[in-house]
Amino acid sequence: MTSTTNYLNADYGIWSWLLTKDHKRIAILYLVSITFMFVLGGLFALMLRLELLTPAGDLLAADTYNKFFTMHGIIMVFFFLVPSIPAVLGNFLIPMMIGARDLAFPRLNLASWYIYIFGAAFTLYAVFTGGVDTGWTFYTPYSTAVANTKVIPAALGIFISGFSSILTGLNFIVTIHRMRAPGLTWFRLPLFIWAHYATSIIFILGTPVIAITVLLLAVERSFHFGIFDPALGGDPILFQHLFWFYSHPAVYIMILPSMGIISELVTCFSRKVIFGYGFIAISSLAIAVLSFLVWGHHLFLSGQSVYASLIFSVLSFLVAIPSAVKVFNWTATLYKGSVEFAAPMIYALGFIGLFTIGGLTGLFLATLGFDVHVHDTYFVVAHFHYIMVGGALMGYLGGIHFWWPKISGRMYPEWPARIGATIIFLGFNLTFFPQFIAGYLGMPRRYHMYPPEFQVLNVMSTAGATILGVGYLLPLTYLLWSLRYGKIAPANPWGATGLEWQTPSPPPTENFAVTPIVTEEAYAYSTMREPEYV
Amino acid sequence: MLERLGLMPPQASTVAGQVDLLYAFLIVVSAFFSLLIAGAVIGLSIKYRRRPGEFVRTPHIHGSTALEIAWSIIPFGITMIMFFWGAHLFVTLKRPPDNALQVNVVGRQWMWKVQHLEGRREINELHVPLGRPVKVTLTSEDVIHSFYVPAFRIKQDAVPGRYTTTWFEATKIGSYHLFCAEYCGTVHSGMIGQVVVMDPADYQAWLAGESRSGATAGAGGAASAGASGAMSVTATGEGLFGQLGCATCHRNEGGALGPSLAGLVGKSVALEGGTTVTADDDYLRESILTPQAKVVAGYKPVMPTFKGQVSEEQILALISYIKSLGALPAPAGAGQAGTIGSDAGERKTDL
Repeated sequence: MTSTTNYLNADYGIWSWLLTKDHKRIAILYLVSITFMFVLGGLFALMLRLELLTPAGDLLAADTYNKFFTMHGIIMVFFFLVPSIPAVLGNFLIPMMIGARDLAFPRLNLASWYIYIFGAAFTLYAVFTGGVDTGWTFYTPYSTAVANTKVIPAALGIFISGFSSILTGLNFIVTIHRMRAPGLTWFRLPLFIWAHYATSIIFILGTPVIAITVLLLAVERSFHFGIFDPALGGDPILFQHLFWFYSHPAVYIMILPSMGIISELVTCFSRKVIFGYGFIAISSLAIAVLSFLVWGHHLFLSGQSVYASLIFSVLSFLVAIPSAVKVFNWTATLYKGSVEFAAPMIYALGFIGLFTIGGLTGLFLATLGFDVHVHDTYFVVAHFHYIMVGGALMGYLGGIHFWWPKISGRMYPEWPARIGATIIFLGFNLTFFPQFIAGYLGMPRRYHMYPPEFQVLNVMSTAGATILGVGYLLPLTYLLWSLRYGKIAPANPWGATGLEWQTPSPPPTENFAVTPIVTEEAYAYSTMREPEYV
Repeated sequence: MLERLGLMPPQASTVAGQVDLLYAFLIVVSAFFSLLIAGAVIGLSIKYRRRPGEFVRTPHIHGSTALEIAWSIIPFGITMIMFFWGAHLFVTLKRPPDNALQVNVVGRQWMWKVQHLEGRREINELHVPLGRPVKVTLTSEDVIHSFYVPAFRIKQDAVPGRYTTTWFEATKIGSYHLFCAEYCGTVHSGMIGQVVVMDPADYQAWLAGESRSGATAGAGGAASAGASGAMSVTATGEGLFGQLGCATCHRNEGGALGPSLAGLVGKSVALEGGTTVTADDDYLRESILTPQAKVVAGYKPVMPTFKGQVSEEQILALISYIKSLGALPAPAGAGQAGTIGSDAGERKTDL
C-alpha cells in the first residue's frame, strides 16, 4: 500500500502480533477475537429465533433451547459487548486522542488480551462440551443445586475474563490522568475519553464483585458450602443482589463508550461544536456513579422489602436524567450544523432513536406497579436489546466505520455501508419492537414453547432477525473487501478534529512523529479550515 | 377494543384496569418524547443537510445553561409522577385485603401445586371465586419460580426457603393463563396452568368436591386431588401436629419442654440472647426446619429438626393449624394425637 512505515507493516509474522506491545495491534487482536464471539453468539440467536417461529417446541429440544439462550447471553454480554468498544476502539484511540505513544502499561495491555482469551477458552470449552443452561444470570439455587450442565467452566471463564476488564480499566485511567499531550486539559478532552474514563471506573469497582459472586457460586456448587442454596442454609436472593450489583452497571459499561462515539460522530458529521460539552462529560460520570445504586430494580418481585423496592425505583428514575441530557444535547448539536448522512452518521442518528426507545421503556420497568406485570417477560427482552444492541452495538458499528480508515488505511465503500446501516436499523426494529407487545400481552421470557396467540408477533420478530442477520453480514463482507480493494485513506478523510486525525492512516507505531501540542477545545469545527475532500 | 386487536391481555382483576391506565400514561409520555426527539433529529438534519460540494461555516454554539436546566428538571418532574403513581399501585398490589381467601401455592419443577384451605388440592389449576379477594402464599420446593397471571397483571416469585405473597380479586368468569415467569430448568415453558374464575356458588360446590359442567374445563381437571379433598388444611395440620409429636413438647402448660403456640402468630417473641422476632410464617417455617436458629427465651435448644420429614405443603398445613390456635388453649385432643404419631413410619406419609 503505502511506502511509509506504519503500525501494520512495521513488522511481519505471527509473533510480531502475539507479542506486540503496540496498543493498536492489541486492538486488532481484540477486534478479531470479539468478532468471532459475536458471530458465535449471533448463530445461537438465529437458532432461538428459528425455534420461536412456531409455538410448539419443534426445532430444538427444550434443553438445547435453554442452553442456546444461555450461551447467547453469556457470549454476547461478557465476551462481546463488555469488551467491544473499550478493548477495540478504546485501546486503539485513547492514546491517539490524547497525543500519547501508547497506553501507560503496554505489557499489561497485552496481558489483558491474553487473560480475555484464557477466560474465553474456558467458556468456549463449556459451550462445545455440552453447554450450560442456567441463563446468563446463573440464578441460584438452580445453578448450584440443580443444573447438571457445564456451569463451573462457564463461570470460571467469566471470572477470568473479568480481570481483563479490571486491568484495561486501570490502564485507561492511568493513561488519561498521566499521558495527555501538553495543553490537553480535562475539559478539552474528546467526550469519547470522558466516556471511557467513566466506564473504567465501573470496570474497576464493579468487576471484582462479579468475580467474587461467580467464585462463591462455583464454591457452593463444588463443595456444597451453604451460601445461596436454602437447602444448605444459604440465601438465593443474596446471589441476585451480588449478581446485579455488577451486572446492572455492566449495562453502562456497554452503553457509555457507545455514547462517547456518538458525541464524536454527531459533531463531525454536522461539522459543529458539541452542544453542552460540560453537561455531557459530567453526565457520563453521573451515570457511572448512579449505575451502582439501582441494582435492586431487578429484585422487585423476589420478595425484597417494599421499602427497598421504593428506594431502588426512585434511584432508577434518577439515572434516566443524565441519559436524557445526552440525547437532548446531541439533538441540539444538529441545530445550524452542516449535516452529512455518511454511514457513521446514519448509525449515530439510529442510535439516538433506538436508545431513546430503550431508555423510555426503562422508565416503564422502573415504575413499580407496572413492572409487576412485565417483569421477566419479553417486554424486558425488548427493552435491554434496544439498549445493548440498538444502543451499544449501533455505536460500535458507527465507530468501526468512522475510524476504519485510520485503523486499516483504507476507505470502506460508502453506499453499501449506508444501505447496511439502514437495513440494520429497520431489521432491528422489526425484531424487537413486537417483543414489547408480546411482553405486555404476558409472554414470559426464556420460553421454548409458547401459547399460539403469541405467534404473529414471534413471526415478525424472526423475520426481523433474518433481516438483521443480513444487515450484519454486509459490513463484515465489505470491510474485509476494503482491506484489499478499498480506496487508500488520507490522514483525515472526514475533516474531523481530534489528534488521531493529525497522524497518517494507518498511524506509525509511535503514533506521532512529534508530540502534538493542543491549543483549542474539542470539536472546534467552526474555526476549522475547509476539509481537503470537499 | 385493544383486547380484541390482540394488543392487550384480558382485564380480569380489580387492579388490571389500574395497571393499564398507568401503562397508557407511560405510553403517552414516551410517545411524546420519542416523537419530539425523532422529529427534532429528522427535522434538523434535513433542514441543515449539507448540499454536495458545499462548505458551511457553522456557528460556534457552546450550549445553554437554561436549556440544560430545563431538560433536566422537566424529565425529573415527569419521572417523579411515574414513581409516585407506580409506587402507590405497587403498595396496593402488596397489601391483600383482610377478608381475602387464603390459598397456598407451592412451585416445583415443573408444576404448580395448589392447596385450598378447605382441603381441595389441585395441580396446574387454580379455581377461585369471582369478586372475592384471594391471597396467594407462595413457596418453592426446589428452585425459584414465579407465579404470573397476565390477565390479573400480577406476578410474584416463589422462592425456596421463604414465603412470598400476592393477591388478586377476579372480575370476570373464565380461564386465564398461569405462567411460570422465572427460568427454572428444562420444562420452564411447560410450567403453565390456568386460573379458573367461577361464580361463587359454583366455587362452593367445586370446593365441596362436585365437578360442575364447565367449571373444571381443561386438561388439568383430572389433576384435582379428590382423595383428601374432605379434610381442610387446618385439620391436616392438626393431624400432622399430632403425628410428628409436636404436641408432646408444645403443650399449653407450665414445665413443658417447648413454648406454647396458642395465640403466637403475629406476636413478638423474646429470644435467647435478648433479641425479639415477630412470629410470622417465615419464622414458623424456620422454627420447624431449623429450630436452633432462633430459640425462645427460657427454653433449651432441644427441638430436633424436621427437615426432610415434612414437605412444603405439610409445613403450610402446620402453620395453618398453629394460626388456628388463636388465643385458645391447646386442644385437648392434641396429646392423644401425639401418641398416634409415635409410630415413626407414619411420618413420611404423603398427604
